[in-house]
Amino acid sequence: MKAFTTLNGVAAILDKANVDTDQIIPKQFLRKIERSGFGVHLFHDWRFLDDAGTKPNPEFILNQPRYQGANILLARDNFGCGSSREHAPWALEDYGFRSIIAPSYADIFYNNCFKNGMLPIVLPSEQVDELFKYVDSTPNAKLEIDLMSQVVKAGNGKSYSFDVDSFRKDCLYRGLDDIGLTLENEKSITSFEKQRRSKFRKCLKENKGK
Amino acid sequence: MFEKIWNDHLVTENSGSSIIYIDRHLIHEVTSPQAFESLRLTNRKVRRPEATFATMDHNVSTRSRDMDFADPISAIQMKTLIKNCKENKITLYDLTNPDQGIIHVIAPELGLTHPGMTIVCGDSHTSTHGAFGALAFGIGTSEVEHVLATQTLVQQKPKTMEIRVEGKLLPHVTPKDIVLAIIGKIGTDGATGFVIEFTGEAIRSLSMEGRMTVCNMSIEAGARAGFIAPDETTFNYIKGKDHAPKENFDMFVKKWASYVTDPGATFDKTIVLKAEDIPPMVTWGTSPGQVVGVIDVVPNPNSATDPTVKKSIEGALAYMGLQAGQKITDITLNKVFIGSCTNSRIEDLRIAASTVKGKKVSSKVTAIVVPGSGRVKRQAEAEGLDKIFVEAGFEWRNPGCSMCLAMNDDVLSPGDRCASTSNRNFEGRQGKGGRTHLVGPAMAAAAAIEGKFVDIRYWS
Repeated sequence: MKAFTTLNGVAAILDKANVDTDQIIPKQFLRKIERSGFGVHLFHDWRFLDDAGTKPNPEFILNQPRYQGANILLARDNFGCGSSREHAPWALEDYGFRSIIAPSYADIFYNNCFKNGMLPIVLPSEQVDELFKYVDSTPNAKLEIDLMSQVVKAGNGKSYSFDVDSFRKDCLYRGLDDIGLTLENEKSITSFEKQRRSKFRKCLKENKGK
Repeated sequence: MFEKIWNDHLVTENSGSSIIYIDRHLIHEVTSPQAFESLRLTNRKVRRPEATFATMDHNVSTRSRDMDFADPISAIQMKTLIKNCKENKITLYDLTNPDQGIIHVIAPELGLTHPGMTIVCGDSHTSTHGAFGALAFGIGTSEVEHVLATQTLVQQKPKTMEIRVEGKLLPHVTPKDIVLAIIGKIGTDGATGFVIEFTGEAIRSLSMEGRMTVCNMSIEAGARAGFIAPDETTFNYIKGKDHAPKENFDMFVKKWASYVTDPGATFDKTIVLKAEDIPPMVTWGTSPGQVVGVIDVVPNPNSATDPTVKKSIEGALAYMGLQAGQKITDITLNKVFIGSCTNSRIEDLRIAASTVKGKKVSSKVTAIVVPGSGRVKRQAEAEGLDKIFVEAGFEWRNPGCSMCLAMNDDVLSPGDRCASTSNRNFEGRQGKGGRTHLVGPAMAAAAAIEGKFVDIRYWS
């Protein structure tokens, strides 16, 4: 997994609550058996006027010239709700977003981000509001994210600290492979399985003894 | 109860993150191929193939059992699942298997879902299995891979929420209405970070199928999982099922019966609803929380004080082509879909069939019934329900997810308005530009006859 240490870049804003994973990556693009190449379909139904995705919708915010090359997405409450499809973070990451800032996320989506080297940041609504206003009113607004010190710095000098679970932070910061880490506990898993089997056998014996 | 299941599956704990053992892993064609591919690339093996069961449901065509009848890319996905299951010795219910169906319909009916289990699947509606008192939740593809490789998951312990539904449901009000009323009350993120335990007389008196409908949509309230403590209803349902314990069934029941919440146990949050206050519900917007009773009207955005909520209502009304103040019973429809992991079981089909028996689908409506599994289909046909539907003008299909997410050939066209027994009314969910109203099976069936919503309580 790609490590996430600091991120400096352009933030785009998506001023809509409850953005669901069906919007992030519509189902017609889930038929692939690969993990890559979903970025071109990100927000497809909002982003394009035609089914083939050749006519960008000029009304859609990510199509505005000022947000080209954005790598941070500012969003509203309950971002990523709905389906568990990991294609949603795959599409966001493939498009170029490495971090999202929102007041809240749906659980599965939030979790899926960390598995793909992305940092979903939770900030209180008022602070997200401030960032929305700053980005909206400032041409070339930039944000800087530092995972180690858990801080978002805006180009206007304001900074915002955020919480992140220490295990997830460590995995993300070092770009660790989750499965590899769990397999370091191979012995615990095996002994857990053994213990369960012997408990079950004991139970069976007692039951037969009745 | 949650604590008991959690502690029973705790392998090890480290600074707030726990390794939790997974008893049952369910997979399907859409969210598993990348997990298997990644296992191959890292040279890892499936740890316990016998703990994983597979089916194909999301992108199968409900018109044909031929994989190639679907589009070629979907066919590749299905064939990839067959190959992955074969290579890894995983039991697969494919289109040639008479018991194929929607994963959350077939696992319980095959007896794969037991109280006290941890059950995961790369599908958010895995919460369905919580109806049996299992801790069941949806996961992403990276976690599918994690479970295949390690039979465990790294989890942060969620908070607990009790949702108590007191009293008795009124006639014609169904489990779907209960869960829609709950989501309407707490919102689509009302339970984010929580596992919900549903309690109370109205929940307790539900059949297993009704409980599955309620738990199925826990995710629509944002919950990690939703469950109901097991009881005689649960044990009677499991008894005799293919994969249910046979010889030592009583011993299992004793163990299962211990998965109850001790009296006096505390929850991080409690919500109480009165069953008699719940009418038949209809969603009017583009999120399951945008829901009202059938006797109500479409809300006015100006009544919202929060600007984000106001904007959401305005956006939903524009997408749905509805006016503030419009009566729900004045909304006309041209499509009806009865199916999905929420409402495609035999009791759902019985109630829908009894609603339409001897009547005709409106000439303005195209209506389909998609049974949740091969078993549901055969049972319905044995009871003659298929004939009732077909005589009324419904299409009678083969099992699959169908128009719930429209990854297959059952898709709404732009501007279509559909009464659907599924679980999500997101923009474009059932097809780009399609408009979805979520309802229970009797409400959907009556809407097909009338071409508009009716209050099922007073309709004949």
